[in-house]
Parts: sequence; structure tokens; C-alpha cells
Amino acid sequence: MSRIDDTLRELRSLDSFAALPNTLTRLDPRAKILATFFYIAVVVSFDRYTILALLPLAVYPVILAALGDVPPSLIARKLLIASPFALMIGIFNPLLDRAPLVDLFGMDIAAGWVSFASILLRFALTVSAALLLVATTGFHRVCAGLNQLGVPRILTTQLLFLFRYAEVLAGEASRMGTARELRACGRRRLNLGVYAGLLGHLLLRALERAQRIHLAMLARGFDGEMRGPHQLAWRRTDMFFLVLCAACFALARSIDLPRALGHILLGALP
Amino acid sequence: MSRHLIEARGLTYRYPDGTLALSDISFRIGHGEAVAVIGGNGAGKSTLLLHLNGSLQSGAGEVRVADLPVGNATLTQIRNAVGMLFQDPDDQLFMGSVFDDVAFGPRNLGLPESEVAGRVNDALATVGARHLAGRPPYRLSGGEKRAVAIAGVIAMAPSILVLDEPSDGLDPAARRRLINLLRSFSHTRIVATHDLDLVLDLCSRVLVMNRGRIEADGKPQAIFTDTELLARCQLEPPLSWQRRS
Amino acid sequence: MHMADALISPVVGATMWVAAGATLAYCSRTLRQTRQEQLAPLMGVLGAFIFAAQMINFSIPLTGSSGHLGGGLLLAILLGPHAAFVIITSVLTVQALFFGDGGLLALGANICNLGLLPCFVGYLLIYQPLLGPDPLACSARRVGIATALAAIGGLQLGAFSVVMLTLFSGISSLPVDGFLLLMQPIHLAIGLVEGLATAAIVLFLRRARPDLFSSIAPASSIKPLLGAVCLATALTAGVGSWFASTQPDGLEWSIARTSGATEQTDHARSWPAVDTSTSLEGLLGAAATLSLILGIGFLLRRLSK
Ligand SMILES: Nc1ncnc2c1ncn2[C@@H]1O[C@H](COP(=O)(O)OP(=O)(O)OP(=O)(O)O)[C@@H](O)[C@H]1O
Ligand SMILES: [Mg+2]
Repeated sequence: MSRIDDTLRELRSLDSFAALPNTLTRLDPRAKILATFFYIAVVVSFDRYTILALLPLAVYPVILAALGDVPPSLIARKLLIASPFALMIGIFNPLLDRAPLVDLFGMDIAAGWVSFASILLRFALTVSAALLLVATTGFHRVCAGLNQLGVPRILTTQLLFLFRYAEVLAGEASRMGTARELRACGRRRLNLGVYAGLLGHLLLRALERAQRIHLAMLARGFDGEMRGPHQLAWRRTDMFFLVLCAACFALARSIDLPRALGHILLGALP
Repeated sequence: MSRHLIEARGLTYRYPDGTLALSDISFRIGHGEAVAVIGGNGAGKSTLLLHLNGSLQSGAGEVRVADLPVGNATLTQIRNAVGMLFQDPDDQLFMGSVFDDVAFGPRNLGLPESEVAGRVNDALATVGARHLAGRPPYRLSGGEKRAVAIAGVIAMAPSILVLDEPSDGLDPAARRRLINLLRSFSHTRIVATHDLDLVLDLCSRVLVMNRGRIEADGKPQAIFTDTELLARCQLEPPLSWQRRS
Repeated sequence: MHMADALISPVVGATMWVAAGATLAYCSRTLRQTRQEQLAPLMGVLGAFIFAAQMINFSIPLTGSSGHLGGGLLLAILLGPHAAFVIITSVLTVQALFFGDGGLLALGANICNLGLLPCFVGYLLIYQPLLGPDPLACSARRVGIATALAAIGGLQLGAFSVVMLTLFSGISSLPVDGFLLLMQPIHLAIGLVEGLATAAIVLFLRRARPDLFSSIAPASSIKPLLGAVCLATALTAGVGSWFASTQPDGLEWSIARTSGATEQTDHARSWPAVDTSTSLEGLLGAAATLSLILGIGFLLRRLSK
């Protein structure tokens, strides 16, 4: 059951950077949420054979990671863990789309390979932007921001509860799993009966815990409404950040910067 | 509610699965008393405590807090008066940060945010946990969690404190701080605990529970010298006494 | 069965966001109206439970592969479809934000496929009708069959929806029929096993805590939910056709692909053919851009130390 512990560590590792004091963590979460959405929209709006024009957009995650003190290796590892799905679907492109598209020094590159590379690039850009949103904001504040942006409180409360008790329940699951493995005499995999029993017990414990938490909340005056702090304040820096991001993304969307750069460099060469 | 009385009469409780957890419990605790509830595992301590703020309500018997009967009509009043510390701090720390968690109760009372902040900071300072305010609860150690949970209770400014195993998992310094804190509290305190030395330090009265009944009710000195009673209830004299003899 | 940002077009992604958002608004309103916000801790802990449960795999008999619980159906049986939908939404959001499973643009699509379909179609349209008005009186076998059918139904629809959304997006070159042949049978097996696992858990709970089922699952009427499902379907279909008419590229291209490779060369020619000097230009530009970006990152890191 070490997988559960690994997953938990992954869950917590991202959130911890949000406690660092820096420019990014001080920004209003709403600014970062909106910028992230705009970024993702711009990245996916390119057509499916685009590679070059996407490259300048990599500057956003790089800058976020640098300013937010998030180690690039962490983001890279998470990308690697999440990549199989994009790989699985994307890998069909080179097999199916064999028409030559690019002539690279006499070598024909099939359109499928180009679109495959484009898929991977988009995947890396969009996912790292989402990961960095959490890493530089903290889940807690992301939820507060979402709430202010109109997401129903029932969902943001739910998200915070889930985040809080994932640890407690995963810990229980992990202990139950270890206890089972110790008595399973080397049979690693779960058959359905054992699986259902394990999950059933876990679910029972979860329900009992939910009941106790509810009692504890009632004991402190809970009446069905979660009253959060309303300390989000939109400042001029937040506006500046958002406008700057939007302008840069729009620029990258409208001009193929690498090609222009290449053109200039090629012209400068003798 | 100036009189911090708690009274139980003929309290009997059966869990939905049929376990009889309390049978015919009666006692009366007066203003400012510090009372310990002790007994072996499964004796019914937690179940009894849950009745004192109406978390559980039984068909048979009655609980009165400050002359109000505990019932659905009086629940809000009762819960504002009775501060309750639950046995597992994970059940009580559900908010995203320590500050927000301690602020949960005061905010529910409808206090303005400035007063909420004042209460939270005071409560955290009282348990020596000011430095934890910005941390998320899942990143705390067991003892820190308990300290913060206690702060959450104190921040409600209750007139009666009901604590389920408050010293469990605390290091000696934190435990000493807790004992001093509870001693400085002039209101009624009811503490369920296995920490018999804490009972000696803090309480002037002890209720001994066994299998859902109150076996004995008296001064700590009298209870802890009754070896036959202690053995019957899976208890021992406090360690500090054993060393002395 | 998560869909990924990289494989979804903005139009499809946005449409599914709208569908998911509308369902969420509807569910949260219903929960508020029926005073179920009191359920907040219960829903939260069950979300954490689903999150933990998805990390435990069971082996799928005879195939040597393994699967895990989706959870939507189980939650709907326990708490009703509205709360279940909110919980699944939260689980998928955490997975998207923390693990990059799917990504943010595809989140709407994933919520619809893994939340809306099992909770509303699987539970309300299959499970409930099969069990009739008094589910507690049903035999274990009937519960098992109904649960399995509901799980299979939800997953088949989900798999179909994934194929359709991928097709509308036109980013993957997978042919429709091939993709369908790949997805549907796999999800038949997964659905069967998930259904049996869900049934086993439900029956276990019914034995251990019979009080639960009578107390929390609210009886909900089908009509408004049918409305929500219809709305989502209409939205998807509408946008699909709109997309097909205004931007024929993706759809036509996929259809052409499945109908034979004759048009391939034509198609390739329609993209700008690139000669060596332009590709050299591109390579140089790419190298320069990347070194610039890395330089900026490095500098910023230095400065902020
Ligand atoms: N939720 C529950 N459902 C059914 N039975 C329960 C439940 N909680 C407790 N019990 C039973 O009620 C009895 C009293 O339990 P209680 O938790 O009050 O004991 P306790 O004195 O607090 O024990 P400990 O010292 O271990 O905390 C025990 O027999 C226990 O098994
Ligand atoms: Mg107890």
C-alpha cells in the first residue's frame, strides 16, 4: 500500500510551496485562476500541427516556477506521472496519419508525428500551469478564490473537506491494506470479495467519522452554513498581473515568435 | 446562565446496534467544580460526555445544563454554554488552516471579524500555539492538534468545559500547560481521562464508570485508596502514588 | 477514462464546462432547498473515501488487469444523485489540480462523463427503476443485477461520450469505429466488475448499517433530473453540430480518415509544405526561444534568492 502513501505525499508536496513568502503567493487567487484559464484556452486554441508557435508560451510556467520557488523537478515528475493518458491516445496519430508534413533537411516527417509532438507539448503546458496554480496559491486560497468567482459554496466546502480528510482516510486505507497484506501470504492482488470487504469497512469508518465531525461542528454552532473569511482584496498588482499575462498570451497567440526570431537569426548569418 | 450546573437523572443510552452504553446514570455537578470521569476502555465515558451538550440524546432519563433541560429546543443555548473537546482531534479540526478552525465557532456566533481575530489569537496564545496559526491542521503533530482543538473550544468562551481525554498524546510540557490552564479556569470542568495523575492535580471529585454505570463518586483520595474498586473497574492508583508507597 | 486537455478543443471543452456548471448549479440549489447543506461533513468525508478507494485496485477476473471504483453510482445509492454529483466533481477537481489527471479544460468533460452519467443516468434511469419503489425489500441478487447494469450503462455512455468528444475535438487521429471498438468492450468489462464491487459494498453496508439507507438517501423525483440530462445532451449535440458546420475540419477529417486513406495526400498538401530553409529557420527560432525562456527562469530564480 505504499502507493497510497506516495499519492498523499504528492498531494501535500504541491500545497506546501504556497506558504513561502513571495510575490506570487501574495497575489489574489482570483488573478491567478483567471490567468491560468486564459492561458489554457490560448494553448489549446492552436491547430493540431502547431509546435513552434506554442514554444513561447512555456515562459509562463517557467516564470511561475521561478518566482514561486517551486522546483522544476517536482513539476517534471508530476508531468511524467500524468503523461500515460496523453501518450496512449496521442501515439495513434503517427500510426494513422502518415502523410509527410515537414521536410527536415531532406527527411520527411509525417503529420502524425508532428501532431503527436504538439499533443505532448500542449499536455505539458496546460498541466504544468494547473499544477503551478495550486503550488503558488495553496488549495485553501484557490477555493476561496473560486468561491468569490461564483462557484457554489457547497462545492468549495466539499473540496476543502475532501482535501482535509483524504489524508485521514487514506491513512486508514493504508493501514487496513498493510494488515491484509501481512496476512495474505504473498497474494498481492485483491479479488473482488476481499476488495469489497475492505472498502466496505473503510466506508463504515468513513461514515462514522463523518458523524463525529458533524457532532463536533454542531458543538461549535454549525447551522449548515460555512462562514469563511472574506479577506480577499483585489489590489492594483493583481490587476497588473492579470493584464500583463493576458497581453503576453495574446501576443504569443497572434505572432509566431520563434519563426520571426529564426528569420532574423538566419538573416544575420552570413 | 450564571449557575454552571450540570445534572443527569436516570440517563440510559443504547447505540443503534444494540450496545447498552449507559444505564441509569445520575449525578449533579455544581458551579466551578472540576470533576474527573474515569473508567476502563468502553466503560461509557465518551458516550456520557456526548450527552452533556446534546450530541446524543436518549429516550430514558434527562440531562439539565444550567437549569435548562437538554432537548432540541434548547440545543443552541446549551451548545454555546458547553464547550466540548472530542476524543479524536482529527474530528474537530476540519478547516483548512489552524486560524480558520479556531475561528469556526466564533464566526458561527456571528461575531464581527475583528473580534473573531482577537478571540482566536487569545485562545491560541492560551494553549501556546500562536505560531501554528497559519498552518494547515494536517501538518500538525498529534499533540499540536490537540492543543489547537482545545483552543477551538476556548475561543467559544464557554461557561462549562467538557473534555474527552485532553492530555492524550501531549508531551510533558504541553500536559503541564494544559493542567495549569484548566486550573485557572473558574467554571465547571468535566474531564474524561485515563491520566490519573492529571486527576490528582486537577480534580476535587471523581466519577468512576464501569460498563455503563457509575460505580463510585467521591474524592480522589478516597477513590484511589479503594483497591478493590479500582481492580473491579480496570484501574490502578495513580503512578505518583505507586512510587510513594 | 479521463479526457486530457491536450486532446480536447476549446469549443468542446467550454461546452462541457457549461454543461457541468449548469448541473452543479442545479444540484447545489436542490441540496440547499432540501436543507442538505447539513450533509457537508458527510459529503466531504465520502469524497475523501472515494479518493482513497480509487487508489486501491482489484483484479478483473480472467483478464489479468485491474480496475478501481469510479464511485459515482455508489455515492448516488448512498446519498442520492445530487450530493453524489457534487462529490464526484470535487474528487475530479482535486485530481486535475494536484495530479494533472485530465487537466482543467477537460475537467468539464470529465465531470459529465464520470459524474453526470453514472449519478443521473446510471442511478436514476437504470438503478432506481430496476429496484422499484422499495429498494430495501429487494433481494441481494436483484440489487446485484441492478447495480451491475447501472454501472455498465453509466460507463458505456461515458466511454461513448469520450469517443464523441475526442472526435468533435479533432486533435487525435483515431478513427471513430476503431476508437469505439477499443473503448466500449473495455468499459463493458470494467463496468461489470465495478458494478459487482459496488453491489458487494452496498450489500455489505445493508447488513452492517441498515439504518443508513433509510435515513440518508432522499427519495428524488426523476423529472427535473431528466431535464438536466436532456439539457446536457442537447448542449453537447448542439455544439457538436455547430462545430461540424462552422469548422468542418476536425470532424470531416476524422470521417475521411475512417472512410479510407485516399484523401490523405490531398490533405497533407493543404498544409503549407515546408522546405529546408524554412525548417532551418524554425529550428533556429525554437532553439533561441527555448534558451531565452530558460535564461529568464534561471535569472529570476537567482534574483529571488
Ligand atoms: N458508534 C457506536 N456504535 C455502537 N456502539 C458504540 C459506539 N460507540 C461506542 N460504542 C460502545 O459503547 C460502549 C461505550 O463506549 P465509549 O466510547 O463511551 O467508551 P469510553 O469509556 O469512552 O472508552 P475509551 O476509554 O476507550 O475511550 C462500548 O462498549 C462501545 O463499544
Ligand atoms: Mg472514549
